[in-house]
Amino acid sequence: MIDWTQIVAFLSFENSSVNVVVFGSMLLGACSALIGTFSLLQKRALIGDTIAHSLLPGICTAFLLYPVKNTWTLLIGAVISGLFSIYVIDYIRQKTKLKNDAIIALTLSVFFGIGLFLLGIIQQGDYANQSGIDHFLFGKAAALMYDDLIVYGILALSTLAIIILFFRAFFTTTFDPHFAQSIGMPIKAIDFLLSTLTVIAVAIGIQTVGVVLMAAMLVTPAAGARYWTNNLRKLLIYAAILGAISGFFGALISYLAPNMPTGPWIVLSLSFFTITSILFAPKRGVLYRWNKKRNWKSKLESENVLKTFFLLGEKDHDFTKSRTAIDLINRRHFNEITLKKTLRKLVNKEKLIQINGNYTLTARGKEEGQRLSKIHRLWEMYLTTTLNIAPDHVHEDAESIEHIITPELEKRLEEILDFPENDPHNRKIPYR
Amino acid sequence: MDALLIILTASFIAIPNGLLGNFLILRKMSMIGDAISHAVLPGIVIGFLFSGSIHSLPILIGAASFGLLTTLIIETFYQKGKLQKDASIGVAFTTMFALGVILVSLFAENVDIDTECVLNGEIGYVALETPLFYIGDLGIPITTMEVFFLSIIVIAFVIIGFKGLLITSFDEAFAKSIGVSTNFWNYLLMSLVSIVTVLSFESVGAILVVALMIAPASSAYLVTKKLKVMIVLSILFGITGSVFGYYLANYFNTSISAGIVVVLGGIFSICFIFATQRKPKISYEGSEYQK
Repeated sequence: MIDWTQIVAFLSFENSSVNVVVFGSMLLGACSALIGTFSLLQKRALIGDTIAHSLLPGICTAFLLYPVKNTWTLLIGAVISGLFSIYVIDYIRQKTKLKNDAIIALTLSVFFGIGLFLLGIIQQGDYANQSGIDHFLFGKAAALMYDDLIVYGILALSTLAIIILFFRAFFTTTFDPHFAQSIGMPIKAIDFLLSTLTVIAVAIGIQTVGVVLMAAMLVTPAAGARYWTNNLRKLLIYAAILGAISGFFGALISYLAPNMPTGPWIVLSLSFFTITSILFAPKRGVLYRWNKKRNWKSKLESENVLKTFFLLGEKDHDFTKSRTAIDLINRRHFNEITLKKTLRKLVNKEKLIQINGNYTLTARGKEEGQRLSKIHRLWEMYLTTTLNIAPDHVHEDAESIEHIITPELEKRLEEILDFPENDPHNRKIPYR
Repeated sequence: MDALLIILTASFIAIPNGLLGNFLILRKMSMIGDAISHAVLPGIVIGFLFSGSIHSLPILIGAASFGLLTTLIIETFYQKGKLQKDASIGVAFTTMFALGVILVSLFAENVDIDTECVLNGEIGYVALETPLFYIGDLGIPITTMEVFFLSIIVIAFVIIGFKGLLITSFDEAFAKSIGVSTNFWNYLLMSLVSIVTVLSFESVGAILVVALMIAPASSAYLVTKKLKVMIVLSILFGITGSVFGYYLANYFNTSISAGIVVVLGGIFSICFIFATQRKPKISYEGSEYQK
């Protein structure tokens, strides 16, 4: 199926027109990822989407004023209208009670409507060379020219230069604008610089990937990279690499299958990396969190079972008496199915012994149940004596804290309270 | 006659969109509506492959399932993956849209949709369709019938489900406490948004659908505090936009759906000026209450 000779031809970088597409896509991917990282951190992840839609009226107006297909005039029109849309969003937000999402959706769709209105006028009139405008809508990576590559190169380098030059300023205004203001940083100017960078990147990028997918070029790499680091420098580097790799894949696929559009494949490749990160990244991923939660739940369940065994033993003055699951359920509310699983697990860990559905505490199991009851009662004691909370209000709190307290804290508690005999409900605290 | 037919069709598109928009903006879900309007594309292509026609049940089912799937994915990223909400929306809908565009290119020979029509749509074509039947001199084509029934369904949904929608939109905690399922209303609303998008998109395109949903409701939101008044106003604004938009576009000889959106933008501006002028002129500069 896979044509290796074609892949080799692609990787050898022999064909210069292919190279233009490859490097163009990679530069664009890296550059928009860098800018998008700041948008993401400023909680304005959809700004790229808004700007991409809002460029159209500016592009069309520029074309109506200068009906020659000149990339630079169109770009200037695009940038003006993109910046204007950001201003409009801020203005409506300040003046009305409309929520942010409604303002964004409203602005982007109405701007786009105005753009299409003007585009219709252009298409009806006898303007020559109107075809270039279509690229601003749907994008056409395959049509990348050597000149475009130079524009991308300049853009990428200047973005990089500006980010390095203003790193501290961007860093501070992104994470703590109030602090930045208080130390005299011109936050409005910095914000404007970032917005302008974003608008320029979007204006250049939509010619490659189209209006809708430009949002992904900005937000997706940063969103994925966010799962791997907390450090802004690393975040920027990871996002840029992710953007560049995806640009490469997009170009490769559209080279192998010439009918395939480049933009959507770049985006799909970005999404693949990012969704994989969301699901499987260590520490933050969905799977990791789910697993952690499950382990914690099973730990709670085991500890509650052992404690219930201990309490029952305490009542009967016999810790070695064997008991059934029903005995436990009568003492404390357990779900029968999970209880059976937990009992099996505790038998495996040699904290219980099972004979014909009857369970008996082992020495280790008893020790653990005893420790939990002790912490529970010590904590109740602590709350009533030190924090002056009524004895009938302390049980719930102790019920959850008993699973969390470490041996060090346990020791501290004993020392602070000076080894009390009984808890506030006059139950003996089981030290030994 | 064409004018009447197009205005009629446009109004029947504006009514369900505007109605749902009210609840979208109250639930702070406008951008989810926007996301869904793009994310239904793969569903449409798959439905089209099954049925071979744009006016068919498989397309509705495909679109509704992808709309719901997208909502589900956004919620998973947001709640289980702890990705911020706007990023979750951005990642989810662009993935779906990219998938849709790829499917379109993959089945370009079998599927008579192109990306251009997805983005633009043109309501003027309704006048070129073969009429199903005549009311007087007015020939009614299938598109008009579809959106007519769509309006009726959505109006019925809002009337019958008014209490549930109201409670879950304004006070989720209270809704839960009295046993009203927020999820149920949420997903019901989202599937309706998907269906409305699909039926509108051939005429107005995926992006202008968002304008039809959000602009009338936002304008109404600025001038009234009562939900019922807001809903009625949003419908009126939608119809006004359809009428004036048609003539505006005709005058400039441009896209009618774009003309409608331009008028809706104008209506919003008027409401905006009205709302901001009416406010008492107290300066909140530097005050905590500014936000």
